[in-house]
Amino acid sequence: MLLGTFKHFGRYILLLRQAMGRPDNVRIYWKETLRQMDDIGIGSLVIVCLIAVFIGAVTAVQFSYQLGGQLIPRYYIGYIVRDMTIIELAPTFTCLVLAGKVGSNIASEIGGMRQKEHIDAMEIMGVNTAAFLIMPRLVAALVVIPMLVCIAAFVSIGGAYVASVPTGLFSSAEFVKGLRYVFEPYNVTMMLVKSVVFAFILTTVACYQGYYVQRGSIELGKASTNAVVFGDVLILVADYLIAVVLTS
Amino acid sequence: MIKADHIFKSFGENEVLKDVSMVFEPGKTNLIIGRSGAGKTVLLKLLVGLFRPTSGKVWYDDIDFYALDKKKVRAIRMEVGMLFQGSALFDSMTVEENIRFPLDMFTNDSLAEKQKRVDYCLERVDLVGTNEQYPSEISGGMQKRVGIARAIVLNPKYLFCDEPNSGLDPKTSILIDQLISSITDEFNITTVINTHDMNSVMEIGEKIALLHLGKLVWIGNKNEVMESDNEFLQQFIFASPFLQRLRKEALKK
Repeated sequence: MLLGTFKHFGRYILLLRQAMGRPDNVRIYWKETLRQMDDIGIGSLVIVCLIAVFIGAVTAVQFSYQLGGQLIPRYYIGYIVRDMTIIELAPTFTCLVLAGKVGSNIASEIGGMRQKEHIDAMEIMGVNTAAFLIMPRLVAALVVIPMLVCIAAFVSIGGAYVASVPTGLFSSAEFVKGLRYVFEPYNVTMMLVKSVVFAFILTTVACYQGYYVQRGSIELGKASTNAVVFGDVLILVADYLIAVVLTS
Repeated sequence: MIKADHIFKSFGENEVLKDVSMVFEPGKTNLIIGRSGAGKTVLLKLLVGLFRPTSGKVWYDDIDFYALDKKKVRAIRMEVGMLFQGSALFDSMTVEENIRFPLDMFTNDSLAEKQKRVDYCLERVDLVGTNEQYPSEISGGMQKRVGIARAIVLNPKYLFCDEPNSGLDPKTSILIDQLISSITDEFNITTVINTHDMNSVMEIGEKIALLHLGKLVWIGNKNEVMESDNEFLQQFIFASPFLQRLRKEALKK
């Protein structure tokens, strides 16, 4: 198993190296990048917002329940929601969801191209297929996913407000006071670093799984599942490592 | 000219090609025939560099293909066109975009020049007016013709066809064969076709190589097929009693 892991890791690195090759035609790559930005960004906006609203709402309600009636001031809930969202929930939850939606989509799309011999056809034309298939997706993800994470953070805080202020858990003034309380801009940097790293992981792992898919629909299904599972696990590992490095 | 030089290819313990040597001549339709599992597709993919041989060499004119660096391999590949068994057309692109793809990727031609070339290729394969259709909207035979148009759009020196007639009715198969044959003559291309279609063998087989269990067991042309006593060839070509009777009658005459 260990040997297999090293083999996959080595092949993954070699694929990335090949993918970083000079584009055959910048205009075509740019067009493909824009298409991918639309697919990943606009295509995921609704699901990201939906999940963010509920994450914010649940966080606010749960903390209100946990801290209610104790000595901690109510505005602290706004402060907790803000920091939890920015530091952890927005980047990690959003990217875990995107690993499922975007990652499986990328693995299936590239895997399908492999099975239908589209990749072979491009190879024979002389196209650097690794670069053509991976680079636009990676660039698109690195640009769009941090934007999605920022949107998720705002929406999540909005969700917390909607779920708690109108229902009387605390007042609007308390919530806003909490949001503005000891704001640390460095946390936003941490959120952006996480989103870039997670975007890299979920895209490249999915591309790797799709690129080396074997014949048959079962293999394609496996590749798609592996893209999500490995993507999610690696995102969680990276989350821990980033937390250790950036908070030490 | 393409030359396979003592090619061996194994997948694990399974030896698929055993010492295959053959010259594929320019301006001719060179056929690789054999039963399913004989190693035809593997040989074809070795010739275009999609597989690497376990040992042996592939020569493009006087160039050792597997000794080249990536840049030079790419230069050779710019001279190669290939028609795949399933056509391998990009689903998300129209017929026109499929054919234009190599031009977009590798040339700096203006849009008008590219359009002119695409229109010529579409006319050459008799598909004028299908520019805006998607591969899913056209028949299997039309998809093959689009595949041929895409394969010739960069004026290749070498054309490879993997089972060009599979899944087609006899009449469409003949049309595809005639199209490949005429393109080969017109542009003096080295064409290598992998097939087990008997019509193709008898109609366009200017040079035929028979593979049996990974070994090259017969080389000849369509005129020599009838007279050859090669056991493997007879078993393969005249597999049915009807064709065996036909051969006997032809030989009597």
